[in-house]
Amino acid sequence: MKEVFRILEKDARRTPQQIATMTGIPLAEVKKAIKKAEGDRTILKYKTMVDWDKLGEEQVWALIEVKVLPQRDVGFDAIAERIYRFPEARSVYLLSGTYDLAVTVVGSNMREVAAFVSEKLAPLESVQGTVTHFLLKRYKEDGEILGVEERPKRVPIMP
Amino acid sequence: MKKRDLISKRVRDISPSGIRKFFDLLASMESVISLGVGEPDFVTPWNIREAGIYSLEKGYTSYTSNYGLLELREELARDLKTRYGLDYDPRSELLITVGVSEGVDLAMRAILDPGDEILAHDPGYVSYMPCTILAGGIFVPVPTTIEDDFKVKAKDIERRITPRTKALLLGYPNNPTGAVMDGEELVRIAEVVKRHNLLVISDEVYDRLVYGVEHTCFASLPGMKERTILLSGFSKAYAMTGWRIGYAAAREEIIEAMVKIHQYTMLCAPIMGQMAAIEALKTGGTQVEEMVAEYDKRRRIMVQGLNDIGLTCFEPRGAFYTFPSIKSTGLSSEDFAERLLLEDKVAVIPGSTFGQCGEGHVRCCYATSLADIEEALERMGRFVKRHRSI
Ligand SMILES: Cc1ncc(COP(=O)(O)O)c(C=O)c1O
Repeated sequence: MKEVFRILEKDARRTPQQIATMTGIPLAEVKKAIKKAEGDRTILKYKTMVDWDKLGEEQVWALIEVKVLPQRDVGFDAIAERIYRFPEARSVYLLSGTYDLAVTVVGSNMREVAAFVSEKLAPLESVQGTVTHFLLKRYKEDGEILGVEERPKRVPIMP
Repeated sequence: MKKRDLISKRVRDISPSGIRKFFDLLASMESVISLGVGEPDFVTPWNIREAGIYSLEKGYTSYTSNYGLLELREELARDLKTRYGLDYDPRSELLITVGVSEGVDLAMRAILDPGDEILAHDPGYVSYMPCTILAGGIFVPVPTTIEDDFKVKAKDIERRITPRTKALLLGYPNNPTGAVMDGEELVRIAEVVKRHNLLVISDEVYDRLVYGVEHTCFASLPGMKERTILLSGFSKAYAMTGWRIGYAAAREEIIEAMVKIHQYTMLCAPIMGQMAAIEALKTGGTQVEEMVAEYDKRRRIMVQGLNDIGLTCFEPRGAFYTFPSIKSTGLSSEDFAERLLLEDKVAVIPGSTFGQCGEGHVRCCYATSLADIEEALERMGRFVKRHRSI
């Protein structure tokens, strides 16, 4: 049944009928599994990957290292929640190593991102320090290579 | 002096391929979807490509032993042991060839005397007959049918054996049909082979590309290792068609004979490809599995789609081809392919290209993107609707 989700993860537009054909799992079971997964947030949402550069959209992304003082009883979770509730924070991860939380932030310009860090993130009580890395170029994301990859042509007729 | 023919009789005797004209047609057309390809649409996995690049950087630009790099033969011996329980001596029973294509040629030339007969299932891969003829042999087709899912039968083979029969050629998983042989029938074929003292040339280039069934390596059947020339390679499973690396595995005398020809006509397979092939055997397993899983999905979509539009299709369990019947249109396979290309811009290969028994079918390759497969099926559906004979 995991195969159903692998297919959807790759291409959310696959219909239950197509998935049933591809996997040999009966259509009714595929539908049921998807419905259930949508209900219990196994499937969080269906989204489209867009290369905004191509549309000429200015977006500024930054990866922010956040050093945090963990709190009694709740550890890192409470502060992580404080941070991930901001819509500017696109992802929040707890990491091992020299800092604790990795936060990716998106804004329409550098000032906006900087403001978020200095006004919202850094002043939080348990945040001990931040390091902001602005993203310069995206090569590959979510397994997809960005930009047009030139594919060599195959010989169209080959017995 | 009597005027001589420019070209040898042997070569003249080989009829030109029926698909030539499709090349020309295709060259003049746009937005054609081709199901006529014969290779993966994946590029070689990066770690394998990287090994090829690394070998160039390191300066591996020389000849190798005629047999091929020993390390590659050792890896292959290990691989054949793991997958099939076969023991081949990497020093004397394995030869690296320039694709299975060269392997077929070498095998034929090594074993055939003029007038010797080769039995081979029809339909089958296009090189088998020409290579037989070029080696001075006689090609004897053994018909297979859609009723048997294009699996060749021991009794049909036995019926065609004559005192001149030297070898049986098996090409399963099959191009063009996608058929995979059952173990039991192979055992019956092995008995026939033993009874009539034949050799077997087994082209197993698609051995890793099977879906929900097991591929039986012919050489792994009792008593068959000594009689079999096992041919396989890296082209299909590892998406390495352009690297031109294959191999032959057989008993020492046969490999020695094949090397005799190979050393004078080819010298050795390209070293960069051999280095990449070592990497493929060492680390390529998961990637092959992923590609197989992907082909399997496309296979199911295509088989279902073809059946839905009235092109009856048995379930192919191997390679990456489907071989639907086009009887419902009343067209010959060549007409079907030509008109489908001209009218609806989908390229397929006429079944007759692969032997008489391929008539009434076309070969459609599903090693292409799902989007293209779906679009092609839609176009073919329209075509079939227009041409359905009542
Ligand atoms: C059955 C069969 N044998 C051999 C070959 C040739 O393979 P290689 O690239 O190893 O020469 C092909 C290629 O299409 C094939 O389909």
